Amino acid sequence: MTALATLLALALLPAQSPQQPSRYPPPELGPDYVEPATAFPPLRDLVPPLLDVAILVAALAVATWLGHRWRRRTALWFLTLASVAWFGFVRAGCVCPVGSLQNVAEALADSSAPLLPATALFFVVPLITALFYGRTFCGSVCPLGAVQELVLVKPLSIPAPLAAGLALLPLVYLHLAVLFAVTDSGFLICRYDPFVGFFRMGATVNILVVGGALLLISAFVGRPYCRFLCPYGVLLGWAAKLSRRRITIAPTACTNCRLCEGTCPYGAITEPNVATLGGERFRGRRTLATVLLLAPLLVVGLGAAAAGLGPALARGNPRVALAEQVAAEDAGLLRETTDASDVFRASGESVASLNAKADALRSDFVLGGWIGGGLIGLVIALRLIGLSVRRTRRDYQADRELCLACGRCFEWCPVEHERRGTTAEGSVRR
Amino acid sequence: MARTTNQVSRRDVLRAGGRGAALAGLGVTGAVLVIQHRDAPGELVWQIDPEKCTACGNCETHCVLTPSAVKCLHTHVMCGRCGFCFGYYDLRGGSEAHAGVEYQLCPTDAIRREYLGGPYFEYLIEEADCIACGLCVKGCTGSGNGSLYLQVRHPMPAALRGATPDGTCVNCNQCAIAVACPSDAFVRVPASDPYPFRRLGGAAH
Repeated sequence: MTALATLLALALLPAQSPQQPSRYPPPELGPDYVEPATAFPPLRDLVPPLLDVAILVAALAVATWLGHRWRRRTALWFLTLASVAWFGFVRAGCVCPVGSLQNVAEALADSSAPLLPATALFFVVPLITALFYGRTFCGSVCPLGAVQELVLVKPLSIPAPLAAGLALLPLVYLHLAVLFAVTDSGFLICRYDPFVGFFRMGATVNILVVGGALLLISAFVGRPYCRFLCPYGVLLGWAAKLSRRRITIAPTACTNCRLCEGTCPYGAITEPNVATLGGERFRGRRTLATVLLLAPLLVVGLGAAAAGLGPALARGNPRVALAEQVAAEDAGLLRETTDASDVFRASGESVASLNAKADALRSDFVLGGWIGGGLIGLVIALRLIGLSVRRTRRDYQADRELCLACGRCFEWCPVEHERRGTTAEGSVRR
Repeated sequence: MARTTNQVSRRDVLRAGGRGAALAGLGVTGAVLVIQHRDAPGELVWQIDPEKCTACGNCETHCVLTPSAVKCLHTHVMCGRCGFCFGYYDLRGGSEAHAGVEYQLCPTDAIRREYLGGPYFEYLIEEADCIACGLCVKGCTGSGNGSLYLQVRHPMPAALRGATPDGTCVNCNQCAIAVACPSDAFVRVPASDPYPFRRLGGAAH
């Protein structure tokens, strides 16, 4: 009975903090007693942040030079391997340019959010490179891309309309990632990074399963994450569209020999269309007019749709989730409390203030939905306009936006072999 | 309308304009960020504010690493050196008289208990064995002096860490435990001093 009373009394004691006097005062242990010490050393960096940036710049420079000048698939493949080893396994992922876009978005929305110079540089350096030389970052520097590149054994070709449709997913992912980052709701790209678990040799089972499945798909479909998910790839693709120099299949003039046809696992080779076009450049005039009329509808429609999803998405924010949990508990709908709701009730914060914060966040998600959804609509409209304007293509070219500078097509190009002084039959490898 | 390669097409001009605009946009964004964040504290790492921590157990289960990079530390200066320690024994053990091995809290036996003389015992954490379940922290904070607490252990310079095992935190851009933390106890602190909380009696580096 006494034991039970002690137990109850102890359980009801308020939690102890160092400001309060001790419940059990530390004893006097005499002059000979040496108190055990705990070590609190500073961080040991794997590499100092600026060296980290310097290594990224160096890798980008090598990738760009290999893609534009040296033009050897084998060399690019080795760089890819080195990137997986260094940026992936040794450096264990963070911070990477893909994830850094969230830090930048968060820092732009909230000036008190931490943004380190190295993180900002990780975001901007691959983008500037893409503005001048295309997506050489994706090709052989990004560890997420590189790991898919290395497991690609038997690329199957995906129908172009399907690929174009799936390529809209990264827009949605980018929208969600930025929306969550600017509302301080967490970093989705990091949370659902499929490959960093392999680099760190540890992740939740779900992520390992998704990552494993994606790697399995990567063996047959070229880089599914890069093409159909990666949100940073969207920005790089836009930058590459404006690039000053592009990766070319043939080092000089293309002879239209058709040997490179179908060699790109990423569907980035555009074929000449002079034969089918027949000089009717404006045959798509009617389509163009329809698309132009539809464009405002697309912008407003997708904006409204994304805004409508706002309140549901806002549940991904821990504060909104807590507000809903507390409301449900108060209404008697839930009997079990969560750790978070227990902490909230112990904190003394009023339910009204929590609800006000949650409402503000919900309206941020709705506003963000209008902006993000509208922009997705605009991008789709521009893409449709691009499709209905017929452009004359006289030779085989690597699409600026889709080309990831992997260098496979170089090895099939006889003009390239002429440049190197090797015969086409001698050293062909896919 | 054959064009020679030397000619600059309308597309090239548009592209150059777009490129210029993109660079200008990046430049303006960069300038805004530099102005906003000019007082940035330098490199940051994740840490747990022990005053907010509720020892819920998520540190054990939500870290991307197994075992977790979080470890239990002991502020010895606060410790009562009790014979019946609430961080060491389950309350259901009842009393010191009944305290036995079957009532030890730590699932990995990472707390070393050493007799000091009189009714006193020293409790030493074997960080290498700690899995950050927080059971001892919960017991000590709830019913004892609250001298046990959870901290993220970061990689340490060999010369400064002494006998402490090296920290394993990989400093994720978004800490997975921070996402799961019910009490917002995860904060980012300067890497030059990754343990700004509870330094009472700890060895200065």
